[in-house]
Amino acid sequence: MTDQSLAILLVLATTLFAVGLFGVLVRRGVLLQLIALEVLLAGPALAFIAAGARRGDAQGQAMFVILLVFAAAEVAIGLALYLRLRRCADVSDSDSVSQLRS
Amino acid sequence: MSAMVAIVAGGLAVVAALLAVTSSDAVRSLFALLAALLTLAAAFFALGADFAGALQILIYAGAVAAVFVFVVMTITNSDALRAAERSRLRRVWPVPAAVAILIVLMVLPALRGAKSSAAVGAAIPVRAVGALLFGPWAVVVELASFLLLAAMLGARHLGRRAPSPPPNEPLQGRDGPS
Repeated sequence: MTDQSLAILLVLATTLFAVGLFGVLVRRGVLLQLIALEVLLAGPALAFIAAGARRGDAQGQAMFVILLVFAAAEVAIGLALYLRLRRCADVSDSDSVSQLRS
Repeated sequence: MSAMVAIVAGGLAVVAALLAVTSSDAVRSLFALLAALLTLAAAFFALGADFAGALQILIYAGAVAAVFVFVVMTITNSDALRAAERSRLRRVWPVPAAVAILIVLMVLPALRGAKSSAAVGAAIPVRAVGALLFGPWAVVVELASFLLLAAMLGARHLGRRAPSPPPNEPLQGRDGPS
């Protein structure tokens, strides 16, 4: 892989991250925000794999495995919170819980 | 050549991600997310990261997407909700879009700075990844297992149903068994 293609792949990874961030900011349904968060996490994954492939180093893939664990934990907690929110308050909108008090 | 395949697959992933993020229907959004994850797996294979590609398909596109499907099955998908989502999307998009474009613009100069050099890099065997994860990175793997255990217990705790009240007491609040 040349430097040029690594740069293009890194820009693509940043674009994926930016698209995911856009989704998290613009959507209000919690489920759609979680989907956007998955897109957001895919960007760094591509960056790790591309950089690891460029250097011929296994650390890129190892970091991807760690990132996978983060994403799995985030999805588990996020979806459980979403279902709980729907059951307790019957809302699926993150704006309607912006006034949470303890 | 394989880098070219990876770039094309990455571009497709960006398109699918845009669809996932802007679709007003949760099911369509989920399918677009699945497309993005699978095209990313293709990019990983093209980059010689076979293990990462396999994990991407098995765990992301398999397990995580399946969990999302289970949750999508519980939502009611009416036309009114979709119209509300669409109108809200139309109202609020400029500022987040500006933020996203700014982030991409910040890294674009990297394209001009890259000089075309000789191709280096080779496919990385799974053995090397395993030796790294269970050798020098063992502590990171242990911390990841802590995180997964905490996430599992947290999901179990959040997902449990409220205990049903005794029959001679009236229901309090809206947190009854549903």
